[in-house]
Amino acid sequence: MKGQERITPRMRPAEERIHDFYEVNLGFTREEALLEASRCVLCGACIKGCPVGIDIPGFIKAVQEEDFQKGIHIIKEYNLLPAICGRVCPQENQCEAECVLGKKGKAINIGALERFLADNYADEKLPDIRENGRRAAVVGSGPGGLTAAFELRRAGFRVTVYEALHELGGVLKYGIPGFRLPDAVIDSEIETLKKMGVEFLTSFLIGKTLTIDELLQENDAVLIATGAGLPGYLGIPGENGIGVLLANELLTRVNLMKAGRFPEYDTPVILGEHVVVIGGGNVAMDAARVSRRLGAQVTICYRREEKDMPARQEEMEHAKEEGIVFKTLTNPVEILLDEEGRVRGIRVEKMKVTGVADDGRSRIASTGEDFEIKTDMVVEAIGQSPNKIIRENVEGLEFDKKGRLIVDDNLMTTKDRVWAAGDIVSGAATVILAMGEAKKAARAIVEKCGG
Amino acid sequence: MRNTILFKEKLSDDVCSFIVEHPEIARHYEPGQFVIVRVHEKGERIPLTIVDADPQQGTIRLVVQAVGLTSRLMNELNEGDRLLDLLGPLGEPFHLPQKAEKVLFVGGGLGIAPLYPKVKDFKYESHVILGAKDARHLILQKEMEAAAVRLELCTDDGSLGRKGFVTDCMDALFSEGESYDACVAIGPLVMMKAVVEKNKAIGLPTFVSLNPIMVDGTGMCGGCRFEYDGEVKFACVDGPVFDGFKVNFHDLMIRSRQYEKHECRALSQYKERQKSKGAE
Ligand SMILES: Cc1cc2nc3c(=O)[nH]c(=O)nc-3n(C[C@H](O)[C@H](O)[C@H](O)COP(=O)(O)OP(=O)(O)OC[C@H]3O[C@@H](n4cnc5c(N)ncnc54)[C@H](O)[C@@H]3O)c2cc1C
Ligand SMILES: Cc1cc2nc3c(=O)[nH]c(=O)nc-3n(C[C@H](O)[C@H](O)[C@H](O)COP(=O)(O)OP(=O)(O)OC[C@H]3O[C@@H](n4cnc5c(N)ncnc54)[C@H](O)[C@@H]3O)c2cc1C
Ligand code: SF4
Ligand code: SF4
Ligand code: FES
Repeated sequence: MKGQERITPRMRPAEERIHDFYEVNLGFTREEALLEASRCVLCGACIKGCPVGIDIPGFIKAVQEEDFQKGIHIIKEYNLLPAICGRVCPQENQCEAECVLGKKGKAINIGALERFLADNYADEKLPDIRENGRRAAVVGSGPGGLTAAFELRRAGFRVTVYEALHELGGVLKYGIPGFRLPDAVIDSEIETLKKMGVEFLTSFLIGKTLTIDELLQENDAVLIATGAGLPGYLGIPGENGIGVLLANELLTRVNLMKAGRFPEYDTPVILGEHVVVIGGGNVAMDAARVSRRLGAQVTICYRREEKDMPARQEEMEHAKEEGIVFKTLTNPVEILLDEEGRVRGIRVEKMKVTGVADDGRSRIASTGEDFEIKTDMVVEAIGQSPNKIIRENVEGLEFDKKGRLIVDDNLMTTKDRVWAAGDIVSGAATVILAMGEAKKAARAIVEKCGG
Repeated sequence: MRNTILFKEKLSDDVCSFIVEHPEIARHYEPGQFVIVRVHEKGERIPLTIVDADPQQGTIRLVVQAVGLTSRLMNELNEGDRLLDLLGPLGEPFHLPQKAEKVLFVGGGLGIAPLYPKVKDFKYESHVILGAKDARHLILQKEMEAAAVRLELCTDDGSLGRKGFVTDCMDALFSEGESYDACVAIGPLVMMKAVVEKNKAIGLPTFVSLNPIMVDGTGMCGGCRFEYDGEVKFACVDGPVFDGFKVNFHDLMIRSRQYEKHECRALSQYKERQKSKGAE
């Protein structure tokens, strides 16, 4: 068995999927899942790679034994949202990076197995809840907020989640497109929380619609999980021209407002014939692939080398299959506009590798050479940081220079009875890290005011 | 219940005033702030200035001028209907400088509605100039009359008040010897730019309320960004009111045309649907 190759789920063919927003990865069939699980030697080396320490050999053994209910039950002890993590975790840097079979390039496809269980074997029974008479408010409904709401409700708190947008799910909804993570997957998790009695209030911008101090009057604890929603921009000439979008605007219009289906939906999105996307992370890949699906030719410009791109491996491969061109070692210096202020091109400088930085990525410098790429649209995806609504409207909280909330080891902020988790604490990170922190913060809340 | 329209009044053909229930927004509202509204499941999010708030009753007032699809749909709603989504109060509060005792307010076209609360809330001597294409588009005349100490009107075609632009009215006031401590201007970008240029020459501090295209209104998409004093600002969270002297109007004018073609398409589709409904 051990010599066997790693099994990858079937993908919809590129020429078909670039015309729609349906999911690319079709997930394991039962047979595929059993075959893949059978390769696992159940050694447990991978556990340390998972930020929430899932008992991976435990659930894979359950798959081997075809006891799928048990499998999903094991996962859910550690991870509330396996259908989501199975799809979006950067497994190649986390659990699968530690797999003992990985050295031969045959790491077990842990993400796909996790997703297989989550998609097909819902853990039907809701946790027994013994009311403890306490109340908690959760601010933000991204993966961090949802996880915290679950943990707090399970411990007996009455929980209300406040979300600024009109939809629940945070980045999972407005950022990550449906072809990677369908809305229905998120909605079914939110349904579970509603069934458990968690209350959700949308269109509530905390700091404006209600203050944290008001929440503290009504609640024993408040948890802030407002993410890192503020998009960065390059600061180069031409940036405010017609046809320059920050990735968040493109993704919000398409994912949240369904602009891809304009005019059935009222929100439009502009789109060029040729789109240049700047950046190399998940946001850049998503912006590029969304643009492709709206009908554009797409080029991704990234200033380092391909191996340095922080995006998930699978998404980069899919992007290439979809005909997206990668131009690495290219650094934008100016967006060129015509007389009417419309984008007509972008000037980039060629970079060269000069060594290796401490974080393992290449160190780069300009070659002094530059060239132009003809394009009628530019999308910037160069990083996100926490926005200022909480920072400027709440007294008693402290933030670092990057706008992140300062917390102690138990994720408590400098304000009494206020905790925080997710991207607002760690800066733009990952879904599973946000969930891990949220769980830890929820436990701290339970310990401090729960009982 | 939150978001319910308690009272609706038609102010003119295209303009309706709504009293909407939302205790939290009413309680936290400060002048200058706005809300984002969505009226149906497939609808757009549009920004609207909060004209008034009554914290006791837990209500806010919105004045909507139908210009495109969403504002039109909103004006079709009736008492008892609920806005699907209502988010606010958004933006930074705006207060005129404390020592401003005589202020010139200039409103043009679609800017008249959002100008009204600023005039109404001003306790001292307010002079108001309103301008529009024609008499039909010059809205809120009655309300402004009641709120302002002096009111001047102008239209492009001369169908109401002076024939000409708001800047012509300004010239007239200035040449009468009127002088002001500050000016607030809301309207089309070309108008605000012209007002700012005129006031810059005489050193009259001028505040403008910007109305760029917005999506989330919470500082997340960057769609409302523009250049201000050499820096990038987001109108939704840094404004919407700014010091007119520092606004790069050229930048804003370019950006405001970003979605022109699409907006027309949504509205023409809607009109066709209405027509075919009428034909049925
Ligand atoms: C396009 C994109 C693709 C990504 N792809 C991946 C991926 O493949 N894998 C991965 O692991 N990670 C990915 N990430 C990162 C991941 O999504 C985030 O790390 C994660 O969502 C953070 O979770 P969170 O709960 O902290 O915040 P968020 O998901 O950002 O949720 C925060 C929520 O709080 C709301 N909010 C903000 N302020 C307020 C307020 N004042 N009051 C009320 N509500 C408020 C926001 O509207 C939002 O809904 C991606 C991110 C983006 C943008
Ligand atoms: C902070 C802020 C406060 C506002 N307050 C009010 C208010 O109190 N009352 C009110 O009636 N309107 C107000 N507006 C304008 C209002 O948001 C727009 O009229 C609305 O978004 C138009 O949407 P639509 O779908 O009806 O029209 P669309 O179909 O989107 O546009 C139709 C036409 O209107 C023009 N247009 C679109 N958006 C704007 C805009 N933001 N400003 C000016 N013209 C625009 C378009 O160029 C187009 O010609 C405000 C805007 C902002 C940003
Ligand atoms: S949660 Fe993510 S890191 Fe952990 S096992 Fe699942 S896929 Fe791997
Ligand atoms: S390290 Fe690999 S082989 Fe070992 S338990 Fe984990 S998945 Fe199985
Ligand atoms: S409207 Fe999205 S950032 Fe201002």
